[in-house]
Amino acid sequence: MNYLFYISSIVAIAATVMVITRHQPVHALLYLVVSFLGVAMIFLSLGAPFVATLEIILYAGAIIVLFIFVVMMLNLGRESAIQEKQWMQPKTWIGPSILTAILLGELLVLLTMGGSVPMPQQTVDLKKIPLSLYGEYVIAVELTGFLLMAGIVGAAHIGRHKKKYLHRFLKQEEEAV
Amino acid sequence: MQSYSVLVVAAILFVLGLLGVLTRRNIIFILISIEIMLNAAGVAFVAAGARWGQPDGQVMFLFILAMAASEVSVGLALVMQVYHQHKTLDVSKLNNLKDDIDV
Repeated sequence: MNYLFYISSIVAIAATVMVITRHQPVHALLYLVVSFLGVAMIFLSLGAPFVATLEIILYAGAIIVLFIFVVMMLNLGRESAIQEKQWMQPKTWIGPSILTAILLGELLVLLTMGGSVPMPQQTVDLKKIPLSLYGEYVIAVELTGFLLMAGIVGAAHIGRHKKKYLHRFLKQEEEAV
Repeated sequence: MQSYSVLVVAAILFVLGLLGVLTRRNIIFILISIEIMLNAAGVAFVAAGARWGQPDGQVMFLFILAMAASEVSVGLALVMQVYHQHKTLDVSKLNNLKDDIDV
């Protein structure tokens, strides 16, 4: 199980690096699928098979499909890739890279300084998840329902494509013709 | 496998997502990087739940998943509207709220 964890985390990190450096949006999305699959393998090696399944179905299935639909509808082709290449100059990425590398170094020092214990290798009992979800977290489940409802209504309202008229008289003329 | 190794992986993934948000100018890439950061937070939650042998970390991951789904649907609707109104995905072109400095 240890080797499974290390191999899949290396795959996930390498795929994520490829995601944030690609020029074509579709290539980035395909590497993002690989990254999500690697994270699902990490979950599996941590003893959380239910979450690993959800990661594959929802992240690599649903969210990626949403992104791919938007990329298809916007018709992002070679021109946008060329433009991305012009934006990815070293002077744009070198400053943020140094700053985030410092942050990562601090995080690594903090994480390795604290006392470390070996991870338990057994799976969390699958029955405990729904019992906890609909027991002590039932308010959070209802709030999540509110959030999803608001998300659906908001996305339907924002995404609606209104026909644009320059002036209401022009609109009447157009209808009369 | 020590307990900090999983958190180190989550930290690296989170920092990579943050780097993507800071460096890219395309809105779609910024949304993808936000997804990477949410995913890294989920890895940290599941690792903490597995460390104590409790289901709470996986429950929190379910909430993160629902939040990410609603966030990405609203965000992509906004991307479509921005593209229809401005014909670009460059975030530095969306400066209609900026004051004129040289007035």
